[in-house]
Amino acid sequence: MRHTTCVTQLASPATKMFARIVTSALFAGATAGLLIALLQYAFVQPVLLHAELYETGTLVHFGAAPVSAIQDVSGFDPLRDLLSVLFTMLTYCGYAMILVALMGVAEERGADITLRNGMIWGLMGFIAAHLAPAFSLPPEVPGVAAADVLLRQYWWFATVATAAIAMWLIAFHFTMVGVGAAIVLLLLPHIIGAPQPAEFTGPVPTEIGALFASRALSVGLAAWIILGAFCAYFWTKEGEAA
Amino acid sequence: MKTTAATMTVEDHASASRTGLASAFFALILGVGIIAVTGHVQAAALHDAAHDVRHATGFPCH
Repeated sequence: MRHTTCVTQLASPATKMFARIVTSALFAGATAGLLIALLQYAFVQPVLLHAELYETGTLVHFGAAPVSAIQDVSGFDPLRDLLSVLFTMLTYCGYAMILVALMGVAEERGADITLRNGMIWGLMGFIAAHLAPAFSLPPEVPGVAAADVLLRQYWWFATVATAAIAMWLIAFHFTMVGVGAAIVLLLLPHIIGAPQPAEFTGPVPTEIGALFASRALSVGLAAWIILGAFCAYFWTKEGEAA
Repeated sequence: MKTTAATMTVEDHASASRTGLASAFFALILGVGIIAVTGHVQAAALHDAAHDVRHATGFPCH
């Protein structure tokens, strides 16, 4: 198994390895992204549309009259929904590119990539890219008060990067030093603190905000496990084909 | 260059590993670039098109 890998790489230029990563990542990202888009459309989008009724002022929380918690937010908006599907597929292609590249590095260093441990790769990816930043910057329902977007983006990228390194250390350097460094890397962004708004001005009921955050995170967990499995599947399949 | 596992030297192995690492590095940069464009760039057209996905995926949006 190990020999086969080496022969493949020796027989081919760097472009062949790059092509294997990109091809498997695009297949994994596009197929997983399509499933994830359906999950988001079914479970996250209705909560987002409900929140937008408050964001736009169509409904007013604590206004003169009580507002029913049941609102009709169904309805298909072809352009908006198709763009969401497209951008979900693109986003997860980007994540797949990173995940497969790291799988390739791990495999070169002797790790086995299988469908089953692909799901654990996905779980680690979820912790790094979704759960770690959400610990201090929860998924935002439309209308929520927030600090400057650029500062939040800097913090988001730094947090995801440090959490990803922490996941790698836990997976491949499971020693006192490795795990200790991982714990420090996981805690540091939250001890420094995420950019927070000066005042809370969100017009959306907290019930909707809480449901949105838990739906976004739960669908995110399912998304990453699907993505991890698909990445491992296409990575090993492309390896056999090479 | 066609090489079999039997004739592979330590140098060959190290050079294959570097090739793999470089390819993985470029793919990783490409992946980060895609995430930056779909999830973070604030250009109005991109922001509007990706709006729902950015919220649902937990990216800082507005």
